[in-house]
Amino acid sequence: MKLMKTLLAASAVLALTVGAAQAKTLVYCSEGSPEGFDPAPFTAGTTFDASSRPIYNRLVQFTKGSSATEPGLAESYDVSEDGLEYTFHLRQGVKFHTTDYFTPTRDFNADDVLFSFERQWKSDNPWYSYSPGIAWNYFDSMSMGTLLSSIEKVDDYTVKFVLTRPEAPFIANLAMDFASIMSKEYADQLAASGTMEMLNQQPIGTGPFQFVNYQQDAAIRYASFDDYWGGVQPIDDLVFAITTDPAVRLQKLQAGECHVMPYPNPADLDVIRGDSNLQLLEQEGLNIGFLGYNTQQPPFDNPAVRKALNMAIDKEAIIEAVFAGQATVAKNPIPPTMWSYNDAIVDDPYDPEGAKAALAAAGIENLSMKVWAMPVSRPYNPDARRMAELIQADFAEVGVTVEIVSMEWAEYLEQSSAVDRDGAVLLGWTGDNGDPDNFLSVLLGCDAVGGNNRAQWCNEEFEKLTQDAKITTDQAERTALYEQAQVVFKDQAPWATIAHSLVFMPMSTKVTGYVMDPKGTHAFDGVDITE
Amino acid sequence: MIRFLLNRLILIVPTFIGITILAFAFVRVLPGDPVLLMAGERGVTPERHAMLMEQFGYDRPIWVQYWDYLMGIFQGNFGISVSTKRPVIRDFLTLFPATVELSACAIIFAVVLGIPAGVIAAVKRGSWYDQTLMGTALVGYSMPIFWLGLLLIIFFSGYLGWTPVSGRIDLLYFFPAVTGFMTIDALLSGQDGAFVSALRHLILPTITLGTIPLAVIARQTRSAMLEVLGDDYVRTARAKGLAPRQVIGQHALRNALIPVVTTIGLQVGVMMAGAILTETIFSWPGIGKWMVDAIGRRDYPVVQAGLLLIALIVMAVNLIVDVLYGLINPRIRHN
Repeated sequence: MKLMKTLLAASAVLALTVGAAQAKTLVYCSEGSPEGFDPAPFTAGTTFDASSRPIYNRLVQFTKGSSATEPGLAESYDVSEDGLEYTFHLRQGVKFHTTDYFTPTRDFNADDVLFSFERQWKSDNPWYSYSPGIAWNYFDSMSMGTLLSSIEKVDDYTVKFVLTRPEAPFIANLAMDFASIMSKEYADQLAASGTMEMLNQQPIGTGPFQFVNYQQDAAIRYASFDDYWGGVQPIDDLVFAITTDPAVRLQKLQAGECHVMPYPNPADLDVIRGDSNLQLLEQEGLNIGFLGYNTQQPPFDNPAVRKALNMAIDKEAIIEAVFAGQATVAKNPIPPTMWSYNDAIVDDPYDPEGAKAALAAAGIENLSMKVWAMPVSRPYNPDARRMAELIQADFAEVGVTVEIVSMEWAEYLEQSSAVDRDGAVLLGWTGDNGDPDNFLSVLLGCDAVGGNNRAQWCNEEFEKLTQDAKITTDQAERTALYEQAQVVFKDQAPWATIAHSLVFMPMSTKVTGYVMDPKGTHAFDGVDITE
Repeated sequence: MIRFLLNRLILIVPTFIGITILAFAFVRVLPGDPVLLMAGERGVTPERHAMLMEQFGYDRPIWVQYWDYLMGIFQGNFGISVSTKRPVIRDFLTLFPATVELSACAIIFAVVLGIPAGVIAAVKRGSWYDQTLMGTALVGYSMPIFWLGLLLIIFFSGYLGWTPVSGRIDLLYFFPAVTGFMTIDALLSGQDGAFVSALRHLILPTITLGTIPLAVIARQTRSAMLEVLGDDYVRTARAKGLAPRQVIGQHALRNALIPVVTTIGLQVGVMMAGAILTETIFSWPGIGKWMVDAIGRRDYPVVQAGLLLIALIVMAVNLIVDVLYGLINPRIRHN
C-alpha cells in the first residue's frame, strides 16, 4: 500500500514536471541544507530561507527591503492604552497549500494562530516536543514565554495577545521566522495518523510557494501557490540547488545552472562585476563587528581611556585588510539599514597622536592588555585574528602592548561573557527582528551584563533611554529615544565600533524584482526571470 | 577456505568494539559543548543549557552514554541528529548510495587506467613513457583534491562548457529515488536524457576522487611488476619461448597483483577521506559532505554514527580483499 502511494505520488509529480516543461523556473544556488521545514525550532538563516520565507506567512511581516514591519496575515492590529493588549484582526479568505499529502477544508483562522504559538509556549501542548530533541530556540531567546500572559481567540478572525509587560519590539518578534503560522488542521491530521514529525519534513503554509520535494543535501523544489493571498507569483517553479562552495556557486551561476546565489567569495567580486551576464546587488548587512572593552576593569572603566584607544584604531585599514574593502566603517552600535540609525553622530577620528595625548592625560603609561580574537569567521568579522593583529599594531603606535588570546568558539563565547574577564573582546552581532532594541538592549543593557553584554557596561542614562523606548509603542517617539541612546553610547564608548560588513547578491541579468533584505534572508516572492 | 573466512570474521568483533569506543571518544574529545555551539553569539541561560544537555542526554555519566549508544547500535538505532532531529540512520541510508556511486566510479576509473599504465611502465622501464607516466603519477598524487576539483570545474565546465559544474543530475530531471543510485534511477525513470545527464555529472567528480588512487595503483603495479619480472620463473617462462604477452599477462601480472589488490583495498579507506572533499566541491549529496557539516555543528550522534559506519565499510572492504587474496594466491589461504 505504501509502495502504491509512493508510486502514485511519483507519477503525479512526474506529470507535473512534464506538463510544466515550458514553465518558468528560477534556480537559486543556496549555500547549505535546511535543518528542517518547520522554522520555529531552528535558528539558521539557511533554514529560514528554505522554510519560513517561501512557505509561510506571519501575522505581521517585514516590509520588503526594510527592517520595519507591516501587516501580514493580520490585516491590522490595535494596541491598548497600557501597551499590554494587542488585538489582531485576521485576514479572511487566506488559503493553505493543497499538496499530495494535504488538502485543506477550511481557510486560515484564529485556531491556526493559537496553535502556532501554543505549541512553542505551553509545555503540555502535544506539539511542544513533537520530535525528539526539539527546542523552541527563538521563542525562548526572544523571551516570549515570560512576555506572553495569554493568547485568546475572540472570534474566528480576531486574536488577542496579552503581555505581562509593555514591550514595543513584540510586533517585530511576530514578524520573525519562529512566529510563522502553521495549519492547525494539517497538524491535527498528522497527529491522528501518528506522523507528527512530518510537520518538519512536509510543510503546509499560506506562503507564496508550496513545497514539492526535498532531495536531501541536493535540491529543494517549490511550486508557485496559485491561491496565494498576496497574488500569483511571476515564476512557476522555484528550485534551491544546494551548493556549499562559493567558488562552485559562481561557476554554476556563470554556466547558467542557477540564476541567483548568495555569499560570493570577496575575491570573486571583480569577476562578477566584469561579467556582462551578471548583476551584483549590495547592501550593508544587519550586523556590527566591535571590540568590547571590559568597562568594569581598570583602566577601561574610564571612558576617556576607551575613547583614546578608539582613536588609535585605523578602521579604514582594517576594512581593507580584513574585509577586502567589503564593509563600511561603523560609528554606531546599529547598522545604517536599521530604523533610528543616528547619522548625525561623528565617529572618533583616527588620530594616534591625539590618542597618545589622551592616554597621557588620563595618567596611563606602559599599558598592556589582552585582545580576544574569535576562532571563527563571521560576516561581521571574517578574520578576527588578522583584525586583532592590526589592532595590536595600532595600539603599539600609542604605547599600548597587546597580547592576543584566542580559544575554541564555545569556550570563547562562554569565557568572554564573564564579568571579570581580562581584556577587550572582538565579537559582533547579526540582528534577529530588525528592531534597534535587539542590538541596544540585548548587547548593552544592564540585564545582559555577564551575558551578551561583553563590555559589562551598565549605564544609567543609556538604560533609561532604551527601556523607555521598549515600552513606547509610538514609532516616532521610539526613534527619538534610540537616537539619543546612540549619542550616549558614542560619548561613553563601551566598544570600539569597527565595521558593518557589506552583503552581496550576484545574479543573472535575467532576474528582475529581487529585493535585498537588510536582515539577510533570501526571499523570491515577486521575482521574475526574462528570457 | 571456510576456516580462513571464519578467522577473519572473528577478528572483526574486537575491531568493531574498538571502533565504537574511538568514534564515541572522538567527538567528546573535540573541544566545544554542542549546546553552546548551537546557541552561538545569542548565548543560552544556565537553566536552558542544563535542560538541553538533559534532553540530549549529555548530562549522564560518560559510561552510561556509551552503554546506551552501544545497545542502540545493536538494535539498529544510531540516535537522532541534533541539528535536523531526524534519525541518523535514515539520513545515512539516503545519502550513502551517492557516495557509493561516486566511489565505485572512481575506483573503477583508477583500476582500469592504473593497472595497464603500471604494467606498460614496468615493461618499458626507463623509457620516456615510463618517466612521463611516473612523473604524472607523482603530480596526481601530490595534487590537493580540493584544488584539482576546482581546476577541473573552471576548465571543463566554465571555460569549455563540456561538463556540468556540480550536482548529480540536471535539475530539469526529477524523479523519486528508488535505489539512490542516480544513474540507475535515471534509467528506471525512463525520462529522455536523464541517464546521460547523470553520467555527465559523474565525470569530473570521478576524475577528482580517482586521481590519487590512480596514481598510487599505477606506481604500485609498476614496482610489483618490476620485482616479478626479475624472478626466475618469469625467466623460465621466457626461456620456454612463451609469447611476451603470455609471460606478462599470465605469469608476471597474476603474481604482481597481490600487493596491488592490497593497495586497492587500502585506497577505499583513503577514498572515504577524499570523498569528503570531493563531495563538498561538487555539491555531491553523500556522507562525506554530511560528516563535514556534522563536525562543524558538533552533531555528536551524526559524527559517531558516520565514523562507525564508514569504519564498517572499510572493514568490509578489507575482508573482501583478504578473500580475494586467498583466491589469487592459494598459499595465503593454506597458512
